[in-house]
Amino acid sequence: MMKLICRYRFRFLCGLVALVALSTGAVARWGCKTMEGVTQVGTSVGVNTGVISSAHADSITKSVSAVSRTFEDITPEQEYYLGRAVAAVIAGKYRLYNDQPANLYINKIGQTLALASDRPETFGGYHFMILDSDEINAFAAPGGLVFVSRGLLRCAISEDQVAAVLAHEVAHVQERHALKSINNSRLTTALSVIALEGAKTYSGGNLSDLVTAFEGSITDMTQTLFTNGYSRTTELEADAAALTILRRVGYDPNALVQTLGRMGQRLSPGGLDFAKTHPSPASRIEQIKGQVESAPQVKPSAARQARYALALGQI
Amino acid sequence: MNRCFKKKTTLVILMVLISFTALAAAKIMSVQVKEGHLRVSPSFLGKIVATLPYGSQVDVQEETGSWAKVSAVSGGSTGWMSVSALSSKRIVLNPGAADVEQAASSRELALAGKGFNAQVEGDFKATHKNADYAAVDKMERINISPAEVDSFVTEGRLTAGGGAQ
Repeated sequence: MMKLICRYRFRFLCGLVALVALSTGAVARWGCKTMEGVTQVGTSVGVNTGVISSAHADSITKSVSAVSRTFEDITPEQEYYLGRAVAAVIAGKYRLYNDQPANLYINKIGQTLALASDRPETFGGYHFMILDSDEINAFAAPGGLVFVSRGLLRCAISEDQVAAVLAHEVAHVQERHALKSINNSRLTTALSVIALEGAKTYSGGNLSDLVTAFEGSITDMTQTLFTNGYSRTTELEADAAALTILRRVGYDPNALVQTLGRMGQRLSPGGLDFAKTHPSPASRIEQIKGQVESAPQVKPSAARQARYALALGQI
Repeated sequence: MNRCFKKKTTLVILMVLISFTALAAAKIMSVQVKEGHLRVSPSFLGKIVATLPYGSQVDVQEETGSWAKVSAVSGGSTGWMSVSALSSKRIVLNPGAADVEQAASSRELALAGKGFNAQVEGDFKATHKNADYAAVDKMERINISPAEVDSFVTEGRLTAGGGAQ
């Protein structure tokens, strides 16, 4: 009799182990599911039928709002599409500089910098392009699509100085600064639409709501890039991150100070370029001077100067 | 208490402990970039041994700095991947209604192809004729290979960053 009880207890305990193991496995693999708002989600969204009762729609919308949505909820894939649209707007506003060796050269510098950044890989990767404009300007679209004008490249007279300009833009991508300029309400709208439409493709009003949220997000970002500029704190954060990237690769951090110095001489007050959207070069130099002075000296490289002169000497 | 029961209880407790340890070590992540490269060593200059598509699940075996040694859950490939290419969220490919509903209230789930996607881009493109997508496509075609970065860095007496320190 005792033996029989023993066997049953043993079986029970083994079952318990299996249960614990299974539930722990789920947690270990994916972490805890965020529970906020879950209870507000009603019954299933009529699988792929597209038929949702208004009460159900309300419950889903509430649950979406319950989990507050910020730029952090934008997936790298969505960031990629946002970035492509911002880049398309920039490319529509400016002419591209169609000099293949020059563009290849800045892509080699840019890629080297990106790989040394805190965010070396993005959904679609980093790509760089020169704009055929005398303006002193540069733009970093989300996900790693970076533009730099001929006017800005003329402020740089060595590979290290070009690298300093590009490192600042890579830093904006790394820190996802453009995405942070999107109004949160647009993200909540987009997320609500996603929750309401279980089907593979969006249609009718849902598609239109999603496109409106997308358009609004693009406008928020391009307005920041073209007109309003980032906050002073954001720009200084990008300068600090740029210095770190330059140091990791072995470029001279002092090159950022030198380029800013030349920009300061060339920017016209009241201009619609960096003069409008960035803190003054003098104030940026003031902020980074300490970090640059304490950095080890980097010897000029003849090989870097030669390839710079070949690719960008006539920019 | 019966000796047999004591013995078996100890055995069961041991089994629980072992299963906990084994499960704590298992860490599954998802590839969050278009193409996740598995490399032979923890460096961007390391030879690429396999490429895993977006959403692939990997089992993390070891982590060092910003690199993780992973093996594809689907089997076959093992190698080093930059952690910037990985997400702790589970990426659901071809999500159905149930996934969408779950994702609405969870931060542990990401839905591939949902929200701002190719379809939305298509609509945006159609209504914004000034947006130059051809230029963006042209830009995305410029790719610098690891070998090109390697020779660029060596020739310029620079250091390739991003390797495990």
